[in-house]
Amino acid sequence: MSDTAAGLLQLLVLLVLLAAAWRPLGDWMARVYTAEGHWRVERAIYRVGRVDPDSDQRAGTYALAILAVSFVGVLLVYLIQRVQGFLPLDGTAGGDSKGAVDPSVAFNTAISFVTNTNWQSYVPETTMGHVANAAALAVQNFVSAAVGMAVAVALVRGFLRSRSGRIGNAWVDLVRGTVRVLVPLSVVLAIVLVACGVVMSFRTGITLTAADGSTHAAAIGPVASQESIKELGTNGGGILNANSAHPFENPNGGTNVLEILAMLLIPVALTRTFGRMVGDMRQGVSLLAVMTILWGGMLAVIWAAEAHAPAVTGGGMEGKETRFGIPSSALFADSTTGTSTGAVNSLHDSYTAFGGGGTLLNMLFGEVSPGGVGTGLYSILVIAIIAVFLAGLMVGRTPELLGKSLGRREVTCAAIVVLVMPALVLLGTGAAVVLPGTSDALTNAGPHGLSEVFYAFASAANNNGSAFGGLTVTSPFFQIALGAAMLFGRFLPILAVIALAGLLSAQPRREASAGTLRTGTPLFAGLVTATVLLVSAITFLPALALSPVAEGLTATAQIGVHQ
Amino acid sequence: MNHVTTTLDHGSEAAPDATEEATRTPVLRGLVRQLGPALRLMLVATVLLGVVYPAVVWGISRMPGLSGPAEGSVSASGSASLIGIDPVPADPGADPWFHLRPSASAPASATAGLGPADPSTSGGSNLATTADKLAQAVAQRRSAIAGREGVSPAAVPDDAVTASASGLDPDISPAYAALQVPRVARVTGLAPAQVEALVADATHGRALGVFGEPTVDTSELNAALAATRPGLR
Repeated sequence: MSDTAAGLLQLLVLLVLLAAAWRPLGDWMARVYTAEGHWRVERAIYRVGRVDPDSDQRAGTYALAILAVSFVGVLLVYLIQRVQGFLPLDGTAGGDSKGAVDPSVAFNTAISFVTNTNWQSYVPETTMGHVANAAALAVQNFVSAAVGMAVAVALVRGFLRSRSGRIGNAWVDLVRGTVRVLVPLSVVLAIVLVACGVVMSFRTGITLTAADGSTHAAAIGPVASQESIKELGTNGGGILNANSAHPFENPNGGTNVLEILAMLLIPVALTRTFGRMVGDMRQGVSLLAVMTILWGGMLAVIWAAEAHAPAVTGGGMEGKETRFGIPSSALFADSTTGTSTGAVNSLHDSYTAFGGGGTLLNMLFGEVSPGGVGTGLYSILVIAIIAVFLAGLMVGRTPELLGKSLGRREVTCAAIVVLVMPALVLLGTGAAVVLPGTSDALTNAGPHGLSEVFYAFASAANNNGSAFGGLTVTSPFFQIALGAAMLFGRFLPILAVIALAGLLSAQPRREASAGTLRTGTPLFAGLVTATVLLVSAITFLPALALSPVAEGLTATAQIGVHQ
Repeated sequence: MNHVTTTLDHGSEAAPDATEEATRTPVLRGLVRQLGPALRLMLVATVLLGVVYPAVVWGISRMPGLSGPAEGSVSASGSASLIGIDPVPADPGADPWFHLRPSASAPASATAGLGPADPSTSGGSNLATTADKLAQAVAQRRSAIAGREGVSPAAVPDDAVTASASGLDPDISPAYAALQVPRVARVTGLAPAQVEALVADATHGRALGVFGEPTVDTSELNAALAATRPGLR
């Protein structure tokens, strides 16, 4: 079988698995967030937390609960890293204690993991011990994912309720998302990954003997338990520096496709949850169609670009593993940047201009291809609101979505969600390139160097966390600027989405009239796709032209000269 | 307009903590009120998700058959690992091993990354496909490998001249293994057919015939070679 045929068959199997999981998982999540009763373990958790699980919160209270849990999360993650010197299991492979994590790294990392970004400005093998990984970082892998799902569900409730203003209970949404969805899936996936060869060890190092008899100390850790939630929660932070390219995290083609499946699983199934909750499956399917078109389109770009990498620099194999080759690397790269996961099984910095540019653009779409856990659904709903508004302006129809009219305040909230990320990316990249120290932080010169900085801010502001790893980000400027981009890129849209949910919930639900634009149709899916492309193109075309496009055209021109 | 202004309403909520006098503005007061439950729930989460969850997964990984791989070893003797470390390059006339791909963590003294990696960490070069530095490294590797194997530079496959993402890639392509068979046979004194048989044993197709790429596991291959010729070490 040719490489391309095998790659296409692998893609087909992945799509079949996703399609098979879409219905049961989507329906299950709809039940999780609408069921009346509480599980016994949940009641115990509510008692310990001293919260009333049966209260229905207004948007303000809901938002404050989300902010509070995130604020406490940042403090705890920071604290655990800072006292690491007193914690067990913090040895390097060589047996030295890693000691306390530096304040600037600990600050950046705390924000990174609480915001579901998992940007890592440190080398895990020499910085982060097993306790900090498991008890601080992996905990946030669960909680930050549950936050994303909670906010998405709160927005859906905004469409469902009439003259209420209330959008559910943040504590219940967080606990249920964790207990009923994330934990069961993570346990099952972790065990399957162990069975397929992913390591799970509480030793800090092992001794390996090479063929010639020389011995080497290798880093190891409790990988499988963290690997599963890292992908399922679209987090992406590796326990080992090479992330999912490391043989301990992703040992073969089988674990590779499982990890890709895990990243896509919840964001994709949430479209079914949405359709089920609003009682009209066509609405969910049309959003799924948009996600699929964008994800598929970017896969084609990345795959084709890598398959035509120049031979003079190794035919695209620099920064890729033999067991994944080009098709399985491209599939992972497309999925990790489309879902805001940020795990990598190959180094995006060593991708071709258009392959790497494809991963960058996939993030710049703004978490809709298919986006992160929860963030994907609320981001695409916001784009749908913009699309309805634009279409309404064009054809003179009432801007309405799912029985709610979209007035000035609703559209303002939606516009904030859409504009925060580009503002952070462009301002951050612009500030970085005019600073004198930045050129020393780059591994590569010219347009590709600009791509490294551009990618870093796109990754931070979209809470993706993958990197063009050649950029050295340990300077105070990058630690603080990227920390701020992650923080604002996460919470400003979340606050705007919750406010939007409150506004929608307070409105009465109207019946569709003759003047209502019909949503949930192929035409509407096309409209939403066009809106995504339009918004990102208008915003980012100049910056993209100076980085990947300039690099790609220069490379092509050079090949032309050599021929 | 039918919009009802969304205000920060706390009166109807269950008030977990009596900290109303603590602050003046409603937003801050509301936030402070939520901090108590947030802290308590995060501590519960830290115990359940941060301690119990990994302990359970680790416990299950102790099952017979799983515990070896879970500790990073894929053979009972511990001689084969998931991680690949290149044997130190020797004079081609006395170099009996199958070599791995270049690594970004090979010692600085090694030619363009052709040498044993450092598995205490992991990572790649992050060089762009348009970088002159990468083109030079690839050319250096190509000529070094062509010289070692006594073939033309054009015959050296891509995976042989590029550093992997992890720097610890244990696998090489079947093409790169085939390229090394004549030298390994000559130095070890084994018949080429015997070496080819060892390569075939260490060759793995795509998982379930579909996932990933066909590979030759050098960790397995060199261990088998050492078992055939005990004097090699």
